[in-house]
Amino acid sequence: MSSTSPSPLHLAVALDGTGWHPASWREPVARPRDLFTASYWADQVAEAERGLLDFVTFEDGLGLQSSHYGELDGRTDQVRGRLDAVLIAARIAPLTSHIGLVPTVVSTHTEPFHISKAIATLDYVSTGRAGVRVQLSARPHEADHFGRRTFEPISLESLRSEAGQERLAEHFDEAADYIEVVRRLWDSWEDDAEIRDVATGRFVDRDKLHYIDFEGRHFSVKGPSITPRPPQGQPVVSSLAHQTIPYRLVARATDIGYVTPHDTEEARAIVAEIRAEQEAAGRADEPLHIFGDLVVFLDDDEATAVARRERLDGLAGEPYTSDARIFAGTPAQLADLLQELQSTGLTGFRLRPAVAGHDLPAITQGLVPELQRRDAFRRAYEADTLRGLLGLARPANRYAAAAAAATA
Amino acid sequence: MSKPLKQIHLAAHFPGVNNTTVWSDPAAGSHIEFSSFAHFAKTAERAKFDFLFLAEGLRLREQGGKIYDLDVVGRPDTFTILAALAAVTEHLGLTGTINSTFNEPYEVARQFASLDHLSDGRAAWNVVTSWDAFTGENFRRGGFLPQDERYSRAKEFLATTNELFDSWHGDEILADQSTGTFLRDAKAGAFVHQGQHFDIHGQFNVPRSPQGRPVIFQAGDSDEGREFAASSADAIFSRYSTLDQGQAFYTDVKSRLAKYGRRSDQLLILPAATFVLGDTDAEAEDLAKEVRRQQVSGATAIKHLEFVWNRDLSSYDPDGPLPDIDPDVSDNHISKGRAQVRMYRDPLATAREWRELAAANKWSIRDLVIETGNRQAFIGSPSTVAKTINDFVQADASDGFILVPHITPSGLDPFADKVVPLLQEQGVFRTEYEGPTLRDHLGLTHPDEVRDERAAS
Ligand SMILES: Cc1cc2nc3c(=O)[nH]c(=O)nc-3n(C[C@H](O)[C@H](O)[C@H](O)COP(=O)(O)O)c2cc1C
Repeated sequence: MSSTSPSPLHLAVALDGTGWHPASWREPVARPRDLFTASYWADQVAEAERGLLDFVTFEDGLGLQSSHYGELDGRTDQVRGRLDAVLIAARIAPLTSHIGLVPTVVSTHTEPFHISKAIATLDYVSTGRAGVRVQLSARPHEADHFGRRTFEPISLESLRSEAGQERLAEHFDEAADYIEVVRRLWDSWEDDAEIRDVATGRFVDRDKLHYIDFEGRHFSVKGPSITPRPPQGQPVVSSLAHQTIPYRLVARATDIGYVTPHDTEEARAIVAEIRAEQEAAGRADEPLHIFGDLVVFLDDDEATAVARRERLDGLAGEPYTSDARIFAGTPAQLADLLQELQSTGLTGFRLRPAVAGHDLPAITQGLVPELQRRDAFRRAYEADTLRGLLGLARPANRYAAAAAAATA
Repeated sequence: MSKPLKQIHLAAHFPGVNNTTVWSDPAAGSHIEFSSFAHFAKTAERAKFDFLFLAEGLRLREQGGKIYDLDVVGRPDTFTILAALAAVTEHLGLTGTINSTFNEPYEVARQFASLDHLSDGRAAWNVVTSWDAFTGENFRRGGFLPQDERYSRAKEFLATTNELFDSWHGDEILADQSTGTFLRDAKAGAFVHQGQHFDIHGQFNVPRSPQGRPVIFQAGDSDEGREFAASSADAIFSRYSTLDQGQAFYTDVKSRLAKYGRRSDQLLILPAATFVLGDTDAEAEDLAKEVRRQQVSGATAIKHLEFVWNRDLSSYDPDGPLPDIDPDVSDNHISKGRAQVRMYRDPLATAREWRELAAANKWSIRDLVIETGNRQAFIGSPSTVAKTINDFVQADASDGFILVPHITPSGLDPFADKVVPLLQEQGVFRTEYEGPTLRDHLGLTHPDEVRDERAAS
């Protein structure tokens, strides 16, 4: 990284089907019939890696996609169906060598024990490039796929009521417990637990394997993991947040929060709120990235980008709206915007390509060189692990530290 | 005229978390790094094996209240490692052991359908039914299942995942860019299942995969397990690799098929089999003996004796005589997280028999454990082993074998290099893969054809 750049900017891309615009699949570059093949995803991630991006995220969900937040929409004019994100990431890992791989997992209905070892294993097969994006699901129709819990109907409006906030807080508390269990399990083996001591016949030193003995409202987990501590020690944990309750989860439990400011003022307020929560959680000294999420339409001139957006909105039959700001313009304009937003304390960006086949290469071949000209982005990968790329040290094992303290 | 030669099916079991795996050998590599799995899978594919097989255990084993530390400990997540292996192989089937007690059908169906897509039709599922509360302590749902319900849940679990796999037929995705129709049918993936163990409904979100459904394996051995296999599995992973036991098991299980309207070639019997190769038979015998001593150290011998005695025997000398004290026959077992412990149904009789054997042969504890333990299934020169395997298969002791090498990850290499070419020369093992999917390798029909056949008859 050039020394003239005050702080490097981190860049990730969020992969979701053929792109984030609901009509993206109708573009000639879209390859909608390939969505359920490995080669489609391999090509996307290879392009992201050519652009030296920090990582890609993979969206996922335990039900069909929907244009409504809380229920299915019965539509047939948009992409429906998807493959398991952890398995896509694992399938791509051996084909790449530097880029981080961050699948989405749904904490509400899955087992923290299974997910902990799955992400640890993703870290092994990628030799230290795994992360996870934790998402919860309050959707009644997804709960019906499991039949263990019943959720009341939910909408974005109802979430804003007091009862809605309470319900949200409960879901996020469960997610916090979930991340705690996943993290404890990653540490449940000390790094040097495997000793292969032929003299005593012992393969492991069992004093270096730890029960995690987690007991919470929704689950109890004994441990240790069946999978040894992954190469990064703690793979990178991330989550998307739009308001106080989820900001608190970001601040308490994650390494990266994705946020959706629409201007610098909002960005500054969000960063301040998360940093305050971080301090309140006693994590002020720990590095915590805050990435701004943006949907992007990128073209060589602004008018073309805007026209493309309008054409796609026309195909979709309605203007595309998003939780994140939607940008349409040139790589230079986007670079200006990112640097301006960065000045508020955001440490990176997760870009959501409107049309994956068009806007992902526009990011890697347009935006990235533009940022490099400004000494604002790496010119070569400087590390082999995702933590390394994000400037996160390999953390000490909480149980090893405790054991050392006990004997000191 | 004699009956036509059967074609042999061969698979490779990644060395497991038990004392078959010799970690103390200088040649032994990592059991967790991806490079070991990639090496093993590539050897299996180079040798044109049908599939790679992974076992699973969801809690570290314990003995006497402590984590068992004498064997290899630790393994990766099954789905994740198989998905990664799909990237470094092209034809090899990918079989994962996945438990039906500590999972939910919607999630497992998504994972297998995804794996099948991402491997272009090479996924298989070994359905196991461990139900114990010990393992349950790692899960939300805990150890809620009484033992006698394990197969009722497993059956319903499998039936439910089949409903999910079949909820997409394969023609729903139009993705017509000009008309703007992505899905032919808004109800794609719709399902309703109401049963004793699962009451679920909604829409499945993974479109139909290349094989329709993953290939189904079963590894239970009880009467219920065998019925489950006869009714619902494509293949059985059995423990009977000797000629007599293999034939008895083969006859038993295949005879159960008719009542489910299935033909004998619709269920393959594939026992686990260890092997030791040498340049000559004599050399292989010596080597095999040495490997058995590596597999059973003095410390391991004591621990294995504890399975029968169900007591702490750590004060006994492995090179000394067997304990005079009798086994503890109470239920509360000293060993947890192992399937084989329940094999000793009458510990008092076993102890008596073993004492007599040891006395007659002047065996120490360690000698006894080595001598009463399993010999390797195939010991000999490459030509002896090739001939034995073929004889067993032609004599209906099995339809092939799932080979379990004792060295990670290179233990399969000599078999691939020396035995496989001999089987190919004899015309009983493929020289090229028949097709792209695991169903093709195993000669199994696609589930759609099975459905069509049943509808026509
Ligand atoms: C050869 C063989 C291999 C097995 N491998 C596994 C395994 O990897 N993981 C597991 O949980 N159970 C495993 N089992 C256990 C069985 O699948 C089954 O759940 C258990 O034996 C109880 O069923 P049963 O009483 O019908 O035998 C295995 C059993 C056999 C015979």
